[in-house]
Amino acid sequence: MPKLTLTVNGASHELALDTRTTLLDALREHLHLTGTKKGCDHGQCGACTVIVDGRRINACLTLAVMHEGASVTTIEGLGRPEAPHPMQAAFVKHDGYQCGYCTPGQVCSAVAVLDEIKAGIPSHASADLAASPQVTAAELRERMSGNICRCGAYSNIVDAITEVAGRQA
Amino acid sequence: MRPFTYERARSPAEAVAAATRTPGARFIAGGTNLLDLMKLEIEAPAHLIDVNGLALDSIETTPEGGLRIGALVRNTDLAADARVRRDYVLLSRALLAGASGQLRNRATTAGNLLQRTRCPYFYDTNMPCNKRQPGSGCAAIGGFSRQHAVLGTSEACIATHPSDMAVAMRALDAVVETVRADGAARSIPIAEFHRLPGDSPQMETVLAPGELITAVTLPRPVGGRQIYRKVRDRASYAFALVSVGAIIQRDGSGRVALGGVAHKPWRVEAAEAELPRGAKAVADRLLAGARPTQENAFKLPLVERTLGAVLAEARGG
Ligand SMILES: Cc1cc2nc3c(=O)[nH]c(=O)nc-3n(C[C@H](O)[C@H](O)[C@H](O)COP(=O)(O)OP(=O)(O)OC[C@H]3O[C@@H](n4cnc5c(N)ncnc54)[C@H](O)[C@@H]3O)c2cc1C
Ligand code: SF4
Ligand code: FES
Ligand code: FES
Repeated sequence: MPKLTLTVNGASHELALDTRTTLLDALREHLHLTGTKKGCDHGQCGACTVIVDGRRINACLTLAVMHEGASVTTIEGLGRPEAPHPMQAAFVKHDGYQCGYCTPGQVCSAVAVLDEIKAGIPSHASADLAASPQVTAAELRERMSGNICRCGAYSNIVDAITEVAGRQA
Repeated sequence: MRPFTYERARSPAEAVAAATRTPGARFIAGGTNLLDLMKLEIEAPAHLIDVNGLALDSIETTPEGGLRIGALVRNTDLAADARVRRDYVLLSRALLAGASGQLRNRATTAGNLLQRTRCPYFYDTNMPCNKRQPGSGCAAIGGFSRQHAVLGTSEACIATHPSDMAVAMRALDAVVETVRADGAARSIPIAEFHRLPGDSPQMETVLAPGELITAVTLPRPVGGRQIYRKVRDRASYAFALVSVGAIIQRDGSGRVALGGVAHKPWRVEAAEAELPRGAKAVADRLLAGARPTQENAFKLPLVERTLGAVLAEARGG
């Protein structure tokens, strides 16, 4: 089985995995980091969103072996219950969830979305491609569209992200 | 998923050599389409050649004043590139209208062009599908065909090509650059790159087995108002029912390509001569010979109206 080194939430791990193992299954089944969720396993829901080398991706649609040497941040790496990431705290404050299943993916995505806006990456909701994108509700809704919430916590999620963005600005 | 072996190629030459050497080998880039299909065993390569390390991930200005986009440039990076945002607005807009932020961070230029259809029967391995299993029949003909093609269809297949990016590439006259196992490079105009289904819908492009896309080039910027309008069942994160990519010049001339209507991005250069006469005149030429099903006949008026909205927007500013 191919060997692989992954840095996950700052800790280095040596893994020997079947080539078929997705990054999602490597995290959940092999590293027992079960915060990252499997919703659809086909890129359609965003529950598996993690941040790899600074970018949010769907962990279900990528193979672990394709990430030799990569640095992965999962929900467990963003914050702990006793020391939550500001985005986690804002989700709690604004009730940005109901059942919580989509939440780790939503939070990872939200953290990356604010970085993407800061980096000037445009979206479908950006009226002017020549201008720097702003944190507006329309931008957040569009940019978060890859994260489905079966419980429909969308408006509270937008409130949570808006608050964190305001604090960051 | 079926078992497969895996290797990382370090150069295009190494990648094509590996593809020739290993029967049943496939390249993997972002993996967002290939792995989706491998999980369902619709694709079952025996060997994967990871092309992410090929250093084909930069966007360069060409001597002619156009752009050469590496095959591995991610959709996010292409859409965000300052030159693309300024000179090829249509491309940026089409990319941003597709998939999700997470997917665009992985999806590559070459992978996007080569993504396979979203026909639900292609995805359902219990159903006949000539594309998935040549000769088995087409469940979409006479089945649920709301999303399917209205132009260039055949008795064998009525699937669409789902890419938004490819529609912009078609309007911008992109050229696909490849290298083959014998080392020969070729340049394929985007108009000739995707095939119509005919009697072999499993063949979607003119690429030979093991042929690697190295880049996509764009000619010098053509200016004009560039608008991509995508009509879909929800406001984001959904494939197009129809889409219109248009480049409209001040004098009213321009170019129009359609998505969601055929097995390839649909452009009829002759129809563009009708632009001064308005959306109906253009749509009549673009949609000539359409053979919709009962369920997707709505796409014909939808194309005309979407084009009308695009032309009004272009006039407006
Ligand atoms: C939920 C979901 C929603 C989506 N919505 C949209 C949408 O709205 N609009 C849209 O346009 N797309 C959409 N997509 C599709 C997405 O754009 C494609 O999956 C993506 O562009 C494929 O690129 P990739 O690099 O991941 O390709 P891969 O999956 O890596 O490869 C795809 C194919 O290309 C081949 N290949 C890759 N690179 C090369 C190369 N250099 N040379 C030769 N062959 C190569 C592979 O062998 C494979 O056959 C969606 C996908 C998902 C999962
Ligand atoms: S339309 Fe094409 S892809 Fe869909 S079932 Fe028919 S043959 Fe298969
Ligand atoms: S589990 Fe990955 S997108 Fe749904
Ligand atoms: S909180 Fe239940 S799915 Fe989002």
